Amino acid sequence: MNYKNLITIALRALFNNKMRAFLTMLGIIIGVTSVITMLAIGSGSKQSIRDEIGEMGSNMIMIQPGNGRFGGVRQSASDMQTLKMTDYESLLRGTNYLSKITPTVNSSGQAVYRANNTPTTIYGVNEQYSEIRGYSVDEGSMFTQTDIQKAAKVCVVGQTIVKNLFPDGENPLGKNIRFGKIPLKIIGILESKGYNSMGMDQDDILLAPYTTVQKRILAINYLQGITAAAISEEYSTQAIEEITEILQINHNIQIGQENDFNVRSQQEIMETMGSVMDMMTILLGCIAGISLLVGGIGIMNIMYVSVTERTREIGLRMSIGAKGIHILMQFLIEAVIISVTGGVLGVLLGVGASCLIPIIAGWPVSVQAYSIILSFLVCTLTGVFFGWYPAQKAARLNPIDAIRYE
Amino acid sequence: MSEIIKVENIKRDFLVGSETVHAIRDISFYVTEGEFVTIMGASGSGKSTLLNILGCLDVPTQGDYYLSGVQVRKMGKNERAVLRNRKIGFVFQTYNLLPKTTALENVELPLLYNKTVNTAQRKEKSVQALHAVGLEDRMYHRSNQMSGGQQQRVAIARALVNDPVIILADEATGNLDTRTSFEILSVFQDLHKKGRTILFVTHNQEITQYGSRNIVLKDGKIIEDKVNHTISSAKDTLASLPVEED
Repeated sequence: MNYKNLITIALRALFNNKMRAFLTMLGIIIGVTSVITMLAIGSGSKQSIRDEIGEMGSNMIMIQPGNGRFGGVRQSASDMQTLKMTDYESLLRGTNYLSKITPTVNSSGQAVYRANNTPTTIYGVNEQYSEIRGYSVDEGSMFTQTDIQKAAKVCVVGQTIVKNLFPDGENPLGKNIRFGKIPLKIIGILESKGYNSMGMDQDDILLAPYTTVQKRILAINYLQGITAAAISEEYSTQAIEEITEILQINHNIQIGQENDFNVRSQQEIMETMGSVMDMMTILLGCIAGISLLVGGIGIMNIMYVSVTERTREIGLRMSIGAKGIHILMQFLIEAVIISVTGGVLGVLLGVGASCLIPIIAGWPVSVQAYSIILSFLVCTLTGVFFGWYPAQKAARLNPIDAIRYE
Repeated sequence: MSEIIKVENIKRDFLVGSETVHAIRDISFYVTEGEFVTIMGASGSGKSTLLNILGCLDVPTQGDYYLSGVQVRKMGKNERAVLRNRKIGFVFQTYNLLPKTTALENVELPLLYNKTVNTAQRKEKSVQALHAVGLEDRMYHRSNQMSGGQQQRVAIARALVNDPVIILADEATGNLDTRTSFEILSVFQDLHKKGRTILFVTHNQEITQYGSRNIVLKDGKIIEDKVNHTISSAKDTLASLPVEED
């Protein structure tokens, strides 16, 4: 069989029916465009959430108190007093996979400067906290170990607090604000981080030495949490295991007994968010896949009608020497050319649309190479699969009946 | 002169419901190279069935058919397709040209199914065939831009392009007006003069005088088979026709 000639025959047949070929193609074009665009939107959103979580510190590990029961009643994490300074100290000394670590205590309240005030949360931490969370000090400096030892009345503030307490553009550095009844001197201002993917304002933050918050504001001697950073993202799991082991020894927890603390990494949060986004991508992909299927059925429909419409032509071709396989291949090649051309146009349109979406709608998109390959493969297979039945019908025609078909 | 067609006691039966229809009942004849045979008969006489068998589109229920010395009856579908492609040129009543396709592409069609012919040869042969029917200046005209007579000339060129041993014409003038019919007949006569073997099926008795031999069918049998010694010239008849004025 001469494939070059068969392709020539199929191309001529398609070229003579340009409009019909284009309309058949349209289903595939829309199908492929939507598959690529939908998957690009899906993975774009996933990537953007991942980036935002990453900004919060992708190697961050959070230790929180847990499993507190008093008389069979489970208590909330903030009421628990299971994490102590000794835990922090033994983690500081005994871990190999942590690069930074800070105790955390926090309290909500009103920050006041002269006539202005704003509700906020004060985080009692050490000087490493800003690095763990990916904050950087824009003006002034972070408090020091000495400030922590002395439970100094100093703080570092985020941009939202600056905006709310100093609306006239006064320089906040060196000013004394009040948090509750405690005066705190602003010694540093954090660079803006904006909102995170959960809609939280990351600039609405007030950092103070943990000792200050513990002693002067909350009057507690336990910790509400410990935040740490693994050496790198890859060591998160080892770091979690190490922390768990140390705390189990500290808290005298036997094998089989429930831990009275929780250790979570940002990695886990990312995975959870990732799986939610994966689900969304699959859903979008399914919707787009259905449109590709409809496009395929469109091909079958048109090819099927075309076989009836071209019965005489098939009869003629057979009477001048075309074998059944030639007719089968001609119709199959026509279907494949339609679907592949539709696929190429769909890929171009899909990539084009994906580039326009961030400009027009402002949504994050990320065009995936696999979605292009996948949709291209699927549409070629669609052409073969849906072209097969009508092509076979054509090949089985009896030339005598076909040539005289009215 | 060698035998192009040799038909020996062929029968063709069709089963219609529970009844057997004998479309062809024991026909034998042969056609030698260079003959212009007209096969005439009324509707239902078995003309089309015989043409289908001679054109290798169908096989006889009984008897043997040899085309250019090759036994056709035992051939499979695909073998017969190749035989049609290499040895037969078909001309149909309704031209059967591909719509919206140029004359050249229509003529090239049989050669597209012959892998021994390359692109250059295909074009060369097609141009020659269009020359032979006087359509060299219409090569790139589409079939729907041509008159009935021109379309039938394209169909004849298509039948010639593979240099067949026989041209089978099925009511080739049936759809044409009188003048155009004689134009087409004169094309066939020209081909005959050049040594082509032609088998022309018709129900029009007038046409028989332009062939070299006439076979008459009735009820699936040959009732007359005689040589025409006084072949009329289609060109002369055409010249004698009153010229139509628009």
